[in-house]
Amino acid sequence: MKYIDEFRDGELAKNLALSIGAEVAAGRSYSFMEFCGGHTHAISRYGLTDLLPPTVHMVHGPGCPVCVLPIGRVDMAIDLALKQGVILCTYGDTLRIPASDGLSLMKAKARGGDIRMVYSTLDALQIARDNPAREVVFFAIGFETTTPPTAVAIQQAQTEGLANFSVICCHVLTPSAISNILESPEVRQWGTVPLDGFIGPAHVSTVIGSRPYEFFAEEYRKPVVIAGFEPLDVMQAILMLVRQVNEDRAEVENEFARAVSRDGNVKAQDRVAEVFELRREFEWRGLSVVPYSALRIRRKYAAFDAERKFNLDYRSVPDNKACECGAILRGVKKPQDCKLFGTVCTPENPIGSCMVSSEGACAAHYSYGRYKDMH
Amino acid sequence: MAEAQGKIRSGYVRPLDLKHGCVDLTHGSGGRSMVQLISELFARHLGNEYLGQGNDGAVLPAPTINGRAGRLVMSTDSHVVSPLFFPGGDIGCLSVHGTVNDVAVMGATPLYLAAGFVLEEGFPLADLARIVESMAHAAREAGVPVVTGDTKVVERGKGDGVFITTTGVGVLPDGLELGGSLARPGDVILVSGSLGDHGVAIMSKRENLSFDAPIESDTAALNGLIAAMLATGAGLRCLRDPTRGGLAATLNEIAGQSGVGMMLYEKAIPVKPVVSAACEFLGLDPLYVANEGKLIAICSALDAELVLNAMRAHPLGREACFIGDVIADDHHFVQLTTAFGGRRIVDWLAGDQLPRIC
Repeated sequence: MKYIDEFRDGELAKNLALSIGAEVAAGRSYSFMEFCGGHTHAISRYGLTDLLPPTVHMVHGPGCPVCVLPIGRVDMAIDLALKQGVILCTYGDTLRIPASDGLSLMKAKARGGDIRMVYSTLDALQIARDNPAREVVFFAIGFETTTPPTAVAIQQAQTEGLANFSVICCHVLTPSAISNILESPEVRQWGTVPLDGFIGPAHVSTVIGSRPYEFFAEEYRKPVVIAGFEPLDVMQAILMLVRQVNEDRAEVENEFARAVSRDGNVKAQDRVAEVFELRREFEWRGLSVVPYSALRIRRKYAAFDAERKFNLDYRSVPDNKACECGAILRGVKKPQDCKLFGTVCTPENPIGSCMVSSEGACAAHYSYGRYKDMH
Repeated sequence: MAEAQGKIRSGYVRPLDLKHGCVDLTHGSGGRSMVQLISELFARHLGNEYLGQGNDGAVLPAPTINGRAGRLVMSTDSHVVSPLFFPGGDIGCLSVHGTVNDVAVMGATPLYLAAGFVLEEGFPLADLARIVESMAHAAREAGVPVVTGDTKVVERGKGDGVFITTTGVGVLPDGLELGGSLARPGDVILVSGSLGDHGVAIMSKRENLSFDAPIESDTAALNGLIAAMLATGAGLRCLRDPTRGGLAATLNEIAGQSGVGMMLYEKAIPVKPVVSAACEFLGLDPLYVANEGKLIAICSALDAELVLNAMRAHPLGREACFIGDVIADDHHFVQLTTAFGGRRIVDWLAGDQLPRIC
């Protein structure tokens, strides 16, 4: 815990807060988007906004894997579990994402679906080995952080000839989502979402490196500071962003140098490139259909592609009309702006996906910060 | 003929095979096998004068406390833990501690326990014997006998080895009132020791998640500690053992019942490094992790030192400490001043704690 506690030190935080307070320019405000749900969670859990000057605003971004997964994709997984009788394995948070007909994977489990939470793709492989007579499907979601382990599982399954194992690949790409936000009319034309810079992803960047963000800094003139998920990392990144804005710089800086290099994890990238290829388009919750923003399994590994194996067709399902998840994921609205927030939509009964994971903007604000709206 | 008859030993019953035998449906069917299981296993280990009455119910003396009649306190708890054996305990001692503690936190002296077993066909008798022995040991240590019980057997696949429901009865002296609705702004919140040990010990042994954490469950009977606290005569408002849902759930319950808010201080909350490390990589929050041998006490600020000293003098309260204040708040929020210097809510848990993905 030593290496973690060092990054949660309250005294250092006070000093950083003083520096940020001293360096913000009078008469202007700063809006920074933290792309990752991990940052959103850290900001809420440690009460970080209490330490920031009122002119520094944090805008929550779409980097929460559970939040951006569209209903249609969860429906595919539920169908496989309930109608085809497969053993469906997935990561924890995914179980609660609301799907069609009032279902979620958790509720489908209660209706008899054999749905299992795993901590690792290797657990899913083990389940496939232990149940040779049954089909085992891993429902793979997440950004670049969780993609390499899925690639490894598929390659391992091929090596072992595990014919009863397959994957629904819903892996998505961070740079595409950032481009989408920067190209959105709210940011580009209307300026209704002021964005002075980004806190760049932590774990994602350990895999892809800092190089992919250089395009955004150059092309869109937006500073990016890659930061770790600990609260001091976030404070330090905010200070670095304030300095870039003050000095009119737009560069990629790396606060998370203890884990992120410019080139990232090349071995992991090679594995991913070997197993996956770009999808022409993929629907995101909130960002709608984004071209070349997700991965699918290459033909070479088709035997392990559940979409091919079970002839799954993706069917787009609209969100609840009153749900503002889409606007919240693009930074256009805050959770409190949604009529459903805290009334019919709560962590116990999420209507939108942002209320599901503690990384989601709505769940983070509801669970950690809603007292601020009431006093 | 006469010779042959002489070889039959009258009333001979082959003893239970406690090494290799398994529970089967006859052990719950009301026949000889059931009687044998009860006498050779349950009565043998748990036996006492009340259980020995062998009737449908135990006849118990009218309860008194300090020579005077008191009020009865009764509580029940079902235990369905997986795995059944975990570092620091097993379902047997847990089922005694859980119910003894529920009675004791009411301020009552726990007197008797009832135990109901649901056994799954095929469950090894050796494991059952271990569980019953552990239960008997825990009951003796707590000074609370199991005075009546019941055994049922369900078909294979319809149970999870063993489920145990225990019900406890205790006696509460007149004039002593403890309860979740009695916390008032200005009171302080104390805890008897480190949080999250039990939950992390259990998780470390779940089949899909084994990791070697040198951590044991804190499962223990708290009636001795509570008696020592009550003996101080301090202004205690409420005692509670933060089991499922951990500290967070327990304090939210009390805040709601009492119509108050709470402010906790993260730096003051004791969590062992190994527990916080395990929670860190599992993506869990120790404030929501279960405990089985800890209690939360809410008492008047004036008496805090008195209560803390009494707790620290008891082996189960050596690390007792102050963790927060009861405050006025119409929204009944439990808040936390983070070690980082910010503020946040410590909300009810939504569903199960599930690990985050990235």
